[in-house]
Amino acid sequence: MDFSLNDIQQMLQDSASRFVRNDYGFASRRAIVESAAGYSAAHWQTYAELGWLALPFPEEVGGMGGSLSDLMVLQTELGRGLIVEPYLATVVMAGNLINRHAAAGQKQALLEALISGEQLFSFAGFEAAAQHDIRLISTTAGADGDGYRLNGHKAVVIGAGLGGKLVVVARTGGRPGDAGGLSLFLLDEDAEGVSLQGYTTNDGLRAADVRLSDVLVGPEALLGDAGTAAPAINAMLNDAIVALSAEAVGVMETLLSRTVEFCKVRKQFGVPIGSFQVLQHRMADMFMECEQARSMLYYATIAVAGGCDADVAASRLKVRIGKAARLVGQQAIQLHGGMGVTDELDVGHYFKRLTMINTQLGSRDAHLHRLVQLQSVA
Amino acid sequence: MNIDFTEEELAFREEVRQFFRNEMPASVRDKVARGCWPDREDHVAYQQALYEKGWAGVNWPVEYGGTGWSAAQRYIFYNEAAAADAPRIIPFGLAMVGPVIYTFGNDEQKARFLPDILASRVWWCQGYSEPNAGSDLAGLKTRAVRDGAHYIVNGSKTWTTLGHYADWIFCLVRTDDSGKKQEGISFLLIDMTSPGVTVKPIITLDGRHEVNEVFFEDVRVPVENLVGEEGKGWTYAKVLLTHERTNIAGVAPSKRRLARLKALLADPPAGVPSLRENAVFMARLVETEIELTSLEYTELRVLSAVATGKAPGPESSILKIKGTEIQQALDELWLEAAGIYAMPFVPEQYQAGFEGESIGPHFAPSMAPLYYNNRKVTIYGGTNEIQKNIIAKQVLGF
Ligand SMILES: Cc1cc2nc3c(=O)[nH]c(=O)nc-3n(C[C@H](O)[C@H](O)[C@H](O)COP(=O)(O)OP(=O)(O)OC[C@H]3O[C@@H](n4cnc5c(N)ncnc54)[C@H](O)[C@@H]3O)c2cc1C
Repeated sequence: MDFSLNDIQQMLQDSASRFVRNDYGFASRRAIVESAAGYSAAHWQTYAELGWLALPFPEEVGGMGGSLSDLMVLQTELGRGLIVEPYLATVVMAGNLINRHAAAGQKQALLEALISGEQLFSFAGFEAAAQHDIRLISTTAGADGDGYRLNGHKAVVIGAGLGGKLVVVARTGGRPGDAGGLSLFLLDEDAEGVSLQGYTTNDGLRAADVRLSDVLVGPEALLGDAGTAAPAINAMLNDAIVALSAEAVGVMETLLSRTVEFCKVRKQFGVPIGSFQVLQHRMADMFMECEQARSMLYYATIAVAGGCDADVAASRLKVRIGKAARLVGQQAIQLHGGMGVTDELDVGHYFKRLTMINTQLGSRDAHLHRLVQLQSVA
Repeated sequence: MNIDFTEEELAFREEVRQFFRNEMPASVRDKVARGCWPDREDHVAYQQALYEKGWAGVNWPVEYGGTGWSAAQRYIFYNEAAAADAPRIIPFGLAMVGPVIYTFGNDEQKARFLPDILASRVWWCQGYSEPNAGSDLAGLKTRAVRDGAHYIVNGSKTWTTLGHYADWIFCLVRTDDSGKKQEGISFLLIDMTSPGVTVKPIITLDGRHEVNEVFFEDVRVPVENLVGEEGKGWTYAKVLLTHERTNIAGVAPSKRRLARLKALLADPPAGVPSLRENAVFMARLVETEIELTSLEYTELRVLSAVATGKAPGPESSILKIKGTEIQQALDELWLEAAGIYAMPFVPEQYQAGFEGESIGPHFAPSMAPLYYNNRKVTIYGGTNEIQKNIIAKQVLGF
C-alpha cells in the first residue's frame, strides 16, 4: 500500500503548481474571466506543451496514457489556481467520451486536434428536465435520409460558446428513462439549426444553452455506434466526478490555508483573531473536512479506475465532497468577516467555485438520493 | 398561555391586508415577488405609503408619531407584510437612528430629524464599522475634534450599507482616547453632502454594489449634531444594537420564502428538479421548517416580554443567530431547487422589466447570487460568534 506520488505525478504536480504560482495569479485570472474570449488561448497552448491535454489519452492517438490518479493530481493543482480554461469540458468529458465511444477512424483525427490544442470540445448532454441524469434526456436524432435530424435543448453546456465542437447526446431510439437508444453526435457550434445562448457562470466559466432545431447532419456526424452510448457516457461521468472532486480538494485546501493565514494576521481586541479558541476549532473542523474529502477522493479514484462499484463510488465521493465543500467554503467566508464577502478578495471566488462544483455533475442531495435508492433495493 | 387573536386583532389583520392589497405600490411588490432588488425609489415609495397610513413608526411610541402597536399587532403586521411581498423596511432611519434620537436626543434634534425619518424624506446610513474595528467596534479610530462650534471629523467607515443612497450618516466617533476605549466614543449625525465626505463602492461576491467605504477628511460638523452627551455614544449604540438584532431575525420573511418554496415544489415548472421525491432534500426542508417554528415562538416570547415593559435583553442574540442560520438554510434549499440552472450568471434576467428569453426557470439563476450575498447575515449586526460570546457572558455568566 502506498499513497505517495510516483515520478510522473510528482512532475505533474510541480509543473502545475509552478504554472499556477507564476502565470495564474488572481489578477490575471480576473482579466481572463472578464476578457471577450473568456479563456486564455495562450494558456491553452501552454497546457498542450506541458502535455496536460494529452494526459489521459492512449499513446496510439498521441496521448500520454496517464491514469485517473494522474488526472486527479493535475486537477487538484488546477483547483488551487481556479483555472477557467475548459479543461474539464474538453479533456475530461468530451475527449474522454470520444476516446471511449468514437470509431477508430474518427478518434485519431479528433483527439490529435484536441491534444495539439487546436480544437476545443464541450459535452452537450444535460437537459432541464433530466438535470444530470443522462437516462432521462429527450433530445432526439431521427433518421433523415442517410443522416439524422436533431431536435432538443441542452442546458448549461460548460465550455460551449468558445468556438469548439459540441459532443451532443441524443436519442436515436428509446424514450426518456431508457438507457438504450442514446447516441453521440459531433456538431459545430455554428452549424445550421444550432443556436447558442452564451453566458458566464457564477464562478467565471463560459457556458451556453444550446438549442437544436432541425439540425441536419450526415452519417459521419455520428460518433461510434448508434444507440449504445450509455455505458461510455456513464463511465465518462464517473471519471469526471473524480476529476471535479479533485479540483474541489485543491479549492478547499487553498481556502483552509488562506483562512489560517488571515486569522494569524487579522487583529481584533488587540490580538490575532486566531487566538480565539472557537475559531481554532472551526479551522480544525475545516482541516478535518479537507482530509476526509481527500481520503474519499483516493478511495473513489481507485474504485472508479478499477471499475469496481464505480457508480456507487463516484456518487459517494460527490456526496462527501459536497458536505466538505459546504463547511469549508462557508466557514472560510465567515472567518474572514466582511472581507470574505467582497469581490476584491480571492477567497470569495474560491467559495463561489466550490458552491458551483456542488451543482455541477449532480448535487450532494441528488447523489445521496441515488445512493439511498440503491441501498433500498440491495 | 394562548396565542389566539382577539376580535380586534382579527379586524386589525384585515385592515393590514387591505392596506397591502390596495396601497402598496404594485411595481414594488412585483419586484420583490420576482426576486429583484428594489431600488432607492421603490423603498421610499413603499415607506411613504406606510407613512401616509400612519404606520411608518412600527416600533415608535405614539408621542413621536409611532403606531403604539401591541406585540400581537406588530406580529400581525410583519407577517402580512412578508406575505404581501413587501420589501423590508430599511432599518437605518426608522429602526436605528430614530429610536436613538427620540430616546437620547434633545427637543431640537427631535423636532429637526424625526419627522423626516418617519416620512422617509431623508435616507440614513449606519457608520459604525471601520477597517480595523469590526467585532471590536469599541476600537474605532474615526476622530472628532472640537473646534469652536464644530467637530472636525477625520477617518473612515466601511461596509456602509446603501451609503450611496444616503443623505445622512449616523456615526460613532472618538472624541477622547485618554480613558477606557468605550468611554471616549460619541454619537454624531453627519450630513453626507458636507465637504470632505467621499463614498467609494465595495462590490460584493454577487457582483452588486450594496456596501461602501465612507471617508471623512476635515469634515466640519456642527456641535448641535451630537446626540446626547459627549463620550456616551457607546451606551446609546448598545441600546440600538439590541434593536437591530431583534429586527435581523426575519421570521416572517423566512416563513414567506419557505411557503413559496413549497408551492414551487408542489407544482414544479419545467426545468425545476422533482425534489419532492428526494427524501434527503425533503428532510432538510422539514428540519428547516421545524427550526423556524421554534424561532417564531421564541420571538413571540421576546415580543410579549417587551410588551410588558422589559427591554429586549440577551435573548435577542438567539433571534439573530437562529434567524440568520434559518435564512441561510433557506438559501441552500432554494439553490438546490434551482438545479443545474443555479450556474448561469445572468443578472439582467432578474432585473425588473426583463423581457428577453429566460435562461432556465426564471427564478433559478438568481439563487446562487442570493446565496452568496446572504453569507453576510451571519457577519453583520455583530457576527454570530460575537452573539454567542454575549450569551456566554450575559446569560450563562462566564
Ligand atoms: C454586507 C455587510 C453589510 C454591513 N453593513 C454595515 C453597515 O451598514 N454599517 C456598519 O457600521 N457596519 C456594517 N457591516 C459591518 C459588520 O458589522 C462587520 O463586518 C462585523 O461587525 C464584523 O467585523 P469584521 O468584518 O471586521 O470581521 P472581524 O471582526 O475581523 O471578524 C472576523 C472573524 O473573527 C471572528 N471573531 C472576531 N472576534 C471574535 C471573538 N472575540 N470571539 C470569537 N470570534 C471572533 C468573527 O466572528 C469573524 O468570524 C456590514 C457588513 C457586511 C458584510
